Amino acid sequence: MNAPIIRLFGLVLVLFGALVFASSWWTVFGAEGLRDNPANRRILFEEQMIKRGIIRADDGTVLAANRALPGDRYERRYPTGELFAQPVGFTSLDRGRIGLEEYYNDELTGRRSDPIGALERLLGPSDVGDDLRTTLVPDAQEAAYDGLADRNGAVVALDVKTGAVLTLAATPSFDPTDPARAETFNRATQGRFPPGSTFKTVTASAAIDSGRYQPDSLVNGENGKVISGTPLDNFAGEDFGEITLTDALTNSVNTVWAEVAEKLGKETMGEYMRKFGFYEDPPMDYPDEQMVPSGEYSPRGRVLAPTSGQIDVGRMGIGQDKLLATPLQMATVAQTIANGGLRMEPRLVQKVVDPDGRTIDEPLPEEAERVMSEESADQVAGMMRNVVEQGTGTAAQLEGVDVSGKTGTAEVGDGTDDLWFIGFTDRFAVCAMLERQTGGTGGADAAPIAAEVLKALGE
Amino acid sequence: MSARNRELLALVPASLLLTAGFAAIFIQESEVVSDVSLTYGAWFLGLCFAGHLFLRFTLPHADPYMFPLVAVLACFGLVVIYRIDEDLARQQATWFVVGLLLFALTILLLRDLRVLERYRYTIALAGLVLLFLPRVPGIGQQVNGAYLGVGIGPISFQPAEFGKIAIIIFLAAYLRETRQVLVQGSRRFLGITIPPLKHFGPLLVVWGAAMVMLVFIRDLGSSLMYFGGFLALLYVATNRLSFVTIGLALFAVGAWFFASTVTHVQDRVDIWLDPFKPEWVERQGYQIAQSLFAQADGGLFGTGLGASLLDAPDGNSLIPAPHTDLIYAVITSELGLVGACGLLLVYMLLVERGFRTAMLASDSFSKLLAAGLTAVLALQVFVIVGGVTKAIPLTGVTLPFVSYGGSSILANFVLLALLLLVSDRARRPAEGAGGRRGLR
Repeated sequence: MNAPIIRLFGLVLVLFGALVFASSWWTVFGAEGLRDNPANRRILFEEQMIKRGIIRADDGTVLAANRALPGDRYERRYPTGELFAQPVGFTSLDRGRIGLEEYYNDELTGRRSDPIGALERLLGPSDVGDDLRTTLVPDAQEAAYDGLADRNGAVVALDVKTGAVLTLAATPSFDPTDPARAETFNRATQGRFPPGSTFKTVTASAAIDSGRYQPDSLVNGENGKVISGTPLDNFAGEDFGEITLTDALTNSVNTVWAEVAEKLGKETMGEYMRKFGFYEDPPMDYPDEQMVPSGEYSPRGRVLAPTSGQIDVGRMGIGQDKLLATPLQMATVAQTIANGGLRMEPRLVQKVVDPDGRTIDEPLPEEAERVMSEESADQVAGMMRNVVEQGTGTAAQLEGVDVSGKTGTAEVGDGTDDLWFIGFTDRFAVCAMLERQTGGTGGADAAPIAAEVLKALGE
Repeated sequence: MSARNRELLALVPASLLLTAGFAAIFIQESEVVSDVSLTYGAWFLGLCFAGHLFLRFTLPHADPYMFPLVAVLACFGLVVIYRIDEDLARQQATWFVVGLLLFALTILLLRDLRVLERYRYTIALAGLVLLFLPRVPGIGQQVNGAYLGVGIGPISFQPAEFGKIAIIIFLAAYLRETRQVLVQGSRRFLGITIPPLKHFGPLLVVWGAAMVMLVFIRDLGSSLMYFGGFLALLYVATNRLSFVTIGLALFAVGAWFFASTVTHVQDRVDIWLDPFKPEWVERQGYQIAQSLFAQADGGLFGTGLGASLLDAPDGNSLIPAPHTDLIYAVITSELGLVGACGLLLVYMLLVERGFRTAMLASDSFSKLLAAGLTAVLALQVFVIVGGVTKAIPLTGVTLPFVSYGGSSILANFVLLALLLLVSDRARRPAEGAGGRRGLR
């Protein structure tokens, strides 16, 4: 009778194999589908039972905290509302997470992946998350929103030395406590706008750092020069004749900078743009889905390679053609020039602090790349100081401190203009942008906003 | 090393597992390692040691691994039940002690297993009475549409747990007697081997009982278990696959008939096929759907002991019946696929020892008894784990030695005692054969 017993044991093995298969199916292979099942309220309850970390501004102002619900649950509250909604984002069961709430979700829920965090998880998963201390300055953020008023646009301010993001404002903002109806488009990081004349700072950096031009090189600023087969006009059709490169920036002479870009060629221009951070998502601690790269865009919405035949390099050199940039990218351009040519990665968070008060991570500062020599950067910076002192950017002047900058009034193509100003002092770099305005200029409308933000930062 | 010393050594890891399990739960609940976990571990080790000493004196040659494997299962159960409800765990520990006493009593009373053969019809009758007791008006209890429990005054128990052992004893005794006739008296008709009706009659009664159980007890799981055990024994006794095929066909016909006519069975099957249907995912499908959600939450390594969510903040249970029917879902949720497979592996090893005992046994009755008891144990695990993992429709049977429940613990300790009795006899060195044979 032993043979049938062995066969019976074989059958039991098969049955148990089926049990192992079924268990593996639900726990591993099919688990994703079960977690997404609308009838599954476990994830909801588990998330609500974690006391997420508190997000604070640079001065300690609470930007995101928790409200206790019955049954050991918590609900997120945002005391500063729309003011910090763009950088902080929200966490919602229906719409998921955006902003810092998403990027730092592991830290905020206490699920760090480093070895110590993993060890602590073994000893029992934490139900209290780590706090974030951001670099955001509430006064400057308020100044930015005051300046933008009810116009669509964005303001980004960075610390020149560290890349800390001091202001990240974009209008319209949204109510983070009502995620269901929030329009979350962030013009500072997702908005693609022709940068216009502010881009001449990039062209100038390439011109000087490549050794092909000096600030006092003489260039021809006559109106109506032929660029890529089509005549190009200066602003208001002004004719400048023979001038220095510095004067060409001070007065934002289109024909000069288009010619410079054409002479430098696509390759050199593309090389410097890449160094400045174009062509890829900005390296900020912010979700990738909420950032876009800057560069020349094809009609189908793709970023064109620097040497693409579709690029009109002359018009690109003055920030037109198909060139689109985010306010964050242009703020980084200003920061790089102000910082002696060293580009820093923008950072929203300076410290991650665990519930016991220990600082467990300091994401700030992080060097990105040296874009140009310190000498070149100083020369470009000097040219930009002239713009504010006696050129198109005088509205950005502040008492007792040198401000450098560049204005931009970019044609959108439908009669309206995007109005820009990028600028910096020794400590702070700022970019202000107003979308599709009728009858304004970057110098008259965007520069004052930048000045107010710089003032709020302490200049 | 002698069998008993091996058994003693094997009990140590079981106790360490229990200590570690309680320590983990204490850390999870109060963030301190209490020395109470050590106390519990010591108590458990003490109880197992007592059981071991008893075996050392009464059944010195019995299989050394079965008792420690059962200890591991029991400690698994105690830890998980403690995590669900401390009071239930204390009761379970009490049942564990009573179970050990019954275990000892069984071994003392049945030193000669042939007593069972003699009383086979009495035992069969007792078994059938036990099975139908839950339908007796006044004492029967209905849970979730199935009649499983019996309540007399304050005492309530599940007679089916004992019924399964009685039925297996009867079948083993009956088949030992008739297996030759069943095989030799068969005639071939239309290419199918037909067993002689006279001897097959009592077996048909068992089939009928299984079918009637479907209707009266309304318990698909138990009837599957009984009938499976019956077919397994029939196969081992006759070595005729054709008998099993006929049996399976009959069961399938019966099951199909009841599935399509009895609404209770029909509903269970519909819910099994799609528990997430919006019409019933919050009602009849709730149990299985939540069971699967809990398992998905566990993933590969689980949330950790004590960390899985059992109740929603509004007080509703997220794992209904976590200490009995769905205890496997709790284990998977907290210890992950790894822990669940570990548990299945322990059952697997226990089943292997059971079948090995059956193969070593020298007389047919012992062989059939050991094989039958082992098969029914394996089937019980399959029925409940398969139900919880949606491999088969979910029915309420306990996970042997792990689920909370006095009847289940007591009955399974009797089952273990019977297996060890068979094993001791089978592995006893032949007298006068010149020393011990190196049997493992």
